[in-house]
Amino acid sequence: MTRSSDDRGFRIGTGAFAALVLLIVAGIAFELTRQSTLSITKFGLKFWTTKVWDPVSGDFGALPFIWGTLYSSILALAVATPIALGIAIFISELSPRPLRQPLAYLTELLAAIPSIVYGLWGIFVLVPIVRKVEVAMGAKPALGVGMLAAALILAVMVIPFTSSVAREILKNVPTTQREAAYALGATRWEAIKVAIGFGRTGIIGAVMLGFGRALGETMAVTMVIGNSPQISASLFKPQYTMAAVIANEFTEAADELYLHALIEIGLLLFIITVAVNLLSRLLIWSTKRRAVTVVVMPVIEEAPA
Amino acid sequence: MTINGAGATFPYPIYSKWFDEYQKAHPDVRINYQSIGSGGGIKQLTAQTVFFGASDGPMTDAQLQAAPGSILHFPTVLGGVVPVYNVTGVTQPLRFSGGVLADIYLGKITKWNDAAIANLNPRVKLPADDIAVVHRSDGSGTTYIFCDFLSKVSPDYKTKIGMATSVNWPAGVGAKGNEGVSGLVRQTPGAIGYVELIYALQNKMNYGSVQNKAGQFVTASLDSVTAAATGAAIPDDFRVSITNADGANAYPIASFTWLLLYQHPKDAARGKAMIDFLKWALTDGQKFAPSLGYAPLPQPVVAKEMQALGKIQ
Repeated sequence: MTRSSDDRGFRIGTGAFAALVLLIVAGIAFELTRQSTLSITKFGLKFWTTKVWDPVSGDFGALPFIWGTLYSSILALAVATPIALGIAIFISELSPRPLRQPLAYLTELLAAIPSIVYGLWGIFVLVPIVRKVEVAMGAKPALGVGMLAAALILAVMVIPFTSSVAREILKNVPTTQREAAYALGATRWEAIKVAIGFGRTGIIGAVMLGFGRALGETMAVTMVIGNSPQISASLFKPQYTMAAVIANEFTEAADELYLHALIEIGLLLFIITVAVNLLSRLLIWSTKRRAVTVVVMPVIEEAPA
Repeated sequence: MTINGAGATFPYPIYSKWFDEYQKAHPDVRINYQSIGSGGGIKQLTAQTVFFGASDGPMTDAQLQAAPGSILHFPTVLGGVVPVYNVTGVTQPLRFSGGVLADIYLGKITKWNDAAIANLNPRVKLPADDIAVVHRSDGSGTTYIFCDFLSKVSPDYKTKIGMATSVNWPAGVGAKGNEGVSGLVRQTPGAIGYVELIYALQNKMNYGSVQNKAGQFVTASLDSVTAAATGAAIPDDFRVSITNADGANAYPIASFTWLLLYQHPKDAARGKAMIDFLKWALTDGQKFAPSLGYAPLPQPVVAKEMQALGKIQ
């Protein structure tokens, strides 16, 4: 009797915490919508599709920021994913045992560096290098700041996230899988391929986690992207991201509509981030083996009755 | 007694010095100031979560009407904005006019050896390099003052860009803060930017002179910024732009920074304390300004403000 009531109490207690998470997310969505009503009613869906951002005339459109955010994050992902997976595979499959921990530790250390430090490194080291490349390629004027610098900085920041999750996933692939591959005469590379194939949805989840990280990064990107709201596929042009415009303009936005437009940018970023996260969760959940998924997304089991 | 205020970041160093010095002389009055930005200061003052606000730009009529009571403006010190640049092979200070600066920021002048720049600098050998325009990316009173001046001298600038703490720039890249702009200008050949005078002075940067309304090329200094306030006509509510001011020595890109107070404070004792503090800041307090890089107020403005303080009840 007492044991079952203990169980119930525990269940209600943890359930309440889980519900709190839902409540916080719903609360954020509600507040963001409430505080951007002026801009939502004035611009409607046009806010998503227009290119002008003019605080003087009170004309706001988010398209260049949406573009800059997605473009920089996708570029960062394209650079970071092969490197991060390479690190993960080397550490979990190939590295000599004494090297594993130090290597894993060093990669994770990258995640602990504050974003402003990445930004400063970007300004003083990366940007001059990018400028030299631009001069060599004849880009005019060669600024150094722009999409390429932002994507590279983001890539470095994303690598530790993707690689440590991917590493854990590979570690959790049952040895029987590899043994079965070897038994069939597979080479080492083929056995690793089997392991990757086994954990692929989890690895996709790891990549998406990196994507979510890149979408929301603010300070380092602001410092090197050039902060100019334009839509261009050029790697050298200065562009802008959603998080950057909020960080830049929020403190001095005294006009109501302006403030609401900035908060609506926050709302769009929230929607896009939630969509990306949902997608990654779906991919992870679709993995059949729990041993693989448990690393990324601990599932609260229903207690047996 | 504790008095809370919030607002502009530009005057933060002098305000904290003042509050500190004032508390030494008046241990019972403790003034807290949060430098959250002019916009935030106006918002919090309107919401009455702080007792006083501070702003680098005067409040608009709409903002004043939105407030629950009448708000008064008190200029405290002056600041200026200077053009900084990095032109290969040019060591002597360059001269600019409002029209040239406007056209550069409009993207109409794109080369350093453009005739318009060359005419102002006949003795300087200018390279045929592209101009890389750098502006502030964060909302800032510095941008407001710069655009205010350029909107006054160039009708084209006024219609295409206008003035605000953030504007829709047709050209160039945005960098965060004075340090971001100066950093980018320093490492980019062909770049031009604008920074606060105080920042340029503290970092011993070279900057160009700007042609004023009287046609003189004036290099910004504490004296030439104070001269701008002397040359301008000051209205009774002190909400005035002093860019492009009259006077042969007046530096044209200058501005007051204001402290904002309710005319009828809800708390009479705190209101009285703020009046006493302001009386001190406008007189004895002014001597702290130059060493921190701020231009002190000219005497006539101080006298007028002393009178205006009587309106607070």
